[in-house]
Parts: sequence; C-alpha cells; structure tokens
Amino acid sequence: MYPQVIHQTDKPILNVQNLSVRYNGRVALEDINFHLHVGERVAVVGPNGAGKSTLFKVVAGVLQPNQGLVTISGSNPLVHQCIAYIPQRSQVDWAFPVNVADVVMMGRNAKLGLFKLPSKKDWDFVNHVLETVQLSDLSKRQINQLSGGQQQRMFIARALAQEAELMLMDEPLTGLDTPAQESLLDLLDTLKGQNVTVMVATHDLEQASRHFDRIMLLNHKIITFDEPSSVMKTENLLQAYGARLRTTNGNDNLLTLDDSCCGDEEHEHEHH
Amino acid sequence: MNIIDWLTSPLQYEFMFRGMLAAVMVGIVCAVIGTFVVLRGMAFFGDALAHTILPGIALGYLISGNAREILFWWALGTAIVASLGIGAISKQAQVKEDTAIGIIFAGMFALGIALISTVRSYAVDLSHFLFGDVLGVSMQSLWLISIFGGIVLLIVIAFYKEFTTISFDPILALTLRLPVNLLNNLLLTLIAVTVAVSLQTVGVALMVAMLVTPAATASMLTHRLSTMMILAAIIAAFSGVVGLYLSYYFSIASGSAIVLTATFLFLLGFLYKRVKSI
Repeated sequence: MYPQVIHQTDKPILNVQNLSVRYNGRVALEDINFHLHVGERVAVVGPNGAGKSTLFKVVAGVLQPNQGLVTISGSNPLVHQCIAYIPQRSQVDWAFPVNVADVVMMGRNAKLGLFKLPSKKDWDFVNHVLETVQLSDLSKRQINQLSGGQQQRMFIARALAQEAELMLMDEPLTGLDTPAQESLLDLLDTLKGQNVTVMVATHDLEQASRHFDRIMLLNHKIITFDEPSSVMKTENLLQAYGARLRTTNGNDNLLTLDDSCCGDEEHEHEHH
Repeated sequence: MNIIDWLTSPLQYEFMFRGMLAAVMVGIVCAVIGTFVVLRGMAFFGDALAHTILPGIALGYLISGNAREILFWWALGTAIVASLGIGAISKQAQVKEDTAIGIIFAGMFALGIALISTVRSYAVDLSHFLFGDVLGVSMQSLWLISIFGGIVLLIVIAFYKEFTTISFDPILALTLRLPVNLLNNLLLTLIAVTVAVSLQTVGVALMVAMLVTPAATASMLTHRLSTMMILAAIIAAFSGVVGLYLSYYFSIASGSAIVLTATFLFLLGFLYKRVKSI
C-alpha cells in the first residue's frame, strides 16, 4: 500500500499519447495527444458528455484507457500519489459525518502510511493549508454547513495536504455565484507560486481565457489546445464548422459546443 | 421488590448472564461495523446477507445436528462466501444491483427453509435461526463471539482511516493508490463475520436491525464519525441489556425485545432531532 516514486524533473508533468477510451462501445475519448509542463494552468472546455471527467480520471489513473499511454513525470500514473482529483460537488455525500479538517486530513493518508494516526505535525500541516484557502475559521464545521465556494476551497486544501503536483478539478465553478467563482479563480492564481500544475474542467470559455495559460477545447477529440488568444481567435472558424458549435454573443460572450457530434467534420478542425 | 433486586434477580440464572454478555458484545460489534453499513447505504445488502446464510446453516444443521458451536462455523463460512458473492454480483451490469441481490437473497432463503423443513421438529429449529436464541448461548459460543467480534473491532480500528476514505471518496482512495477493491472486500468480509457472530442473538430475520438501527440513531446525534461509532456501540449495548430485562419480565422473545428497544431509541432520537430543529 501507498507506493513512493521519484519524479524525473526533465519530463513533462503529464504526457498523453494516442489516448482512446470507450464506454460500452461508445467513444468517450479518441486519439488524445498533449503534454503539460510543470506549473501550467489549463482549462478544459467542452459540453456535458465531451469526455472531460473521463480524461481526468484516466490521467489520475483511476480509469484504464482502451488505448494509448499516460505518463506522469515519465512514469505510470498508478505509481503516483501526487495527482489530486477534485470531484464535482454533486458527486459528494455532504451528509457524511466528517468536518472540514477531517476531509483535508484524508489527503494526508498516503503520507501517514498504514496503521498511523496523524501527529501534531500533520495537524499543523492541515491547519497551514486551511489558512492558504482561508478556511481556518471553519475547520471544525460539518461539511454540509459550507457554501459551494467553501466546499471547493476545502477540496483544494485537501489536494494541498496530499502534496499534489497535478490538480484535476472537475467543474469546480458550476453552481457557484460570480463572486465565489472569482475568489476560487484568484485562489488558483495564488497557487501558481507552488509549482502545482492545474487542469480545470469548465463550460465558460470566456472566463477560462482570463485565468488560464492554455485552453483545451474538447469534444471526444481535442479540437484545439492553445493560448487563450489563439483559441478565442478560432471562435469564428469553429463556428463555421457545423451546427454543434455556436456562440451566444450575449452579455457573457459564451462559446459553447453542442453535444450532438458528427464524425467526419472533426478532422477539419485540426487543420485550423 | 426494590430496583436492585429487580436488576439482579435475572442475573442469578447463568443463562441470563451469558445472554446479557452475548447481547452486549454482539451489539457493540454490529454497531461499529453497522456505522459503515449505514454511511455506505448497504442496509439492503446487510439484510440480504443475513438471509442468504440460512441454507448454509440448514446444511450444517442437517449434517452435524443442533450444536450451536458447530453451526457457527457453517454460518461463518456461508456468510463470507455470500458476502463476496453478492459483492461480485453487484458489479455486473445485466440486472440492476438491488434486483440481483433481491433474487439471490429470496432464493437462498427459500432453499434454507426447504432444507430445514425436511426435519420433523422444524418449526422450533427454524424459529431459533430466524429470531435468535440468546438465552441458549453456551460458554463456548460466548468465546467464539468474543474472539471473532474482537478480531472485527481490531481490524476496523487498524484500517479506520482507510475505511473512512473509501467510504467517503473512493476516487481519492484510488489516487492515494489504496487497494480499494481489497479494502472493499475486507469490509464485506467483516460484515459477514459480524452476521455469523450475531446469528444466535437476534437471528437472520432481525439481523439488519442490529446493523442499522443503533448506527442510524447515532448518526442523528453527532457529526463526527468516531463519535458516531462509539455512540452507536453504547446504544446497541444498552438495547441488548434493556431488551433482555424486558424479555425476562414480560416473557417477550429475546431477539425481538432487543430490536424493539433499539427501535424505540431510534424513535426517541428522531423526535429529539425534530424538536431541536423547530
């Protein structure tokens, strides 16, 4: 239990090659290729069912791909404990009888090892990361007494307690009001200094373009993966290809991708 | 008759004293493992598991007679096979999990009754298996209960943080590279051992109450898992003792007296919670 591994720092933190995943014969992800450097912050944008959660689960080593290779700093994800997967809030049992500090301490399980109880040093560490996410006052709260934004910040604290180097956040902004979204994004910005690589799944391309180094447009395949300025520029180009891409040029200037997908148009996006 | 006499007079019978010890030990083990059963939503699994072991006990009964110490081993073996079997079935995709469990559980239970019904004294024997026979607990059974119950408690304590993590967030457990499948199967095995240990106290029909009711009561009174476990154990032990006194003074079947006491405490907790939230 609880393996340890040495990172090869000259390798990308995450390298994905020819990745394909199928669920019950349906394609969830097809021919995914990309890599991330240490400290990068990437938004993965795509509609529901585009394969964002699947991609994160494969990267975390929780789900095995049908095809392709994922490496974390040069080795198989399964030997790493430094990958934090932060679940969608709807996937969590908020009535579970634990408080905020308990949940954050769960992230330290691997560092603690078997049959060991947390020492004062571990509790100090937990308090320290709770300070980082500004939840010190709420450390003894039962988790269902937190607001949505506080719940997300608790999971970030847990990832920090895990000493995660790659943080995968599944739709953390969904269901939060704008101030809570902004404060969460600000928190992610302050983590920049800690060399934590962050991948965030989101619907909101415009917001993503303001806070992330690169944006991946995903709909079973990678449509484009580039700096925000280029991804935003492709907007019209994307719009030109098929009804499944549309821009709602309202107040929020959203670009969304439709769920309905059609195979042969996909290739052309890759030549943009 | 004063209260001291009222409390001590049943205990002058050795079988009452043994029954009391058995009820307290079984209550504690059931409550602790039951905390995970409640949190993971496995009440139906627990109920099914208890019923599924009936054919195993029946087979043991037909082969080796009514010796409870021998039947314990039959119950233990069947419970472990059944729990891992049900665990595996719930992962298949052809039939919905609860449907699959329902079919197997009723089928096995029917097989158990069919086997027992081939014996002439079947009504009496069957009712012991169904509803328990805590006043018939022998010294040897008491040893088996304390050894196996003790093992269950020790394993829960040893893997407390791992069991908590796989119950709250299995994906976190996987990213921490915990052997989640192994731990799940270990937990299923512990539930199976608990069921075997509790067989003589409450019987298969009422087993689920021992697993679920005290833990559910405790869950209404606290927001900490460790506190919930300890409270559940206290509530269960208390129910065992009170139930046996009720059984002694009002001539109620002992298993049902214990379960009714636990149910009454649950209702009290429920009302307390309702009044508090107004």
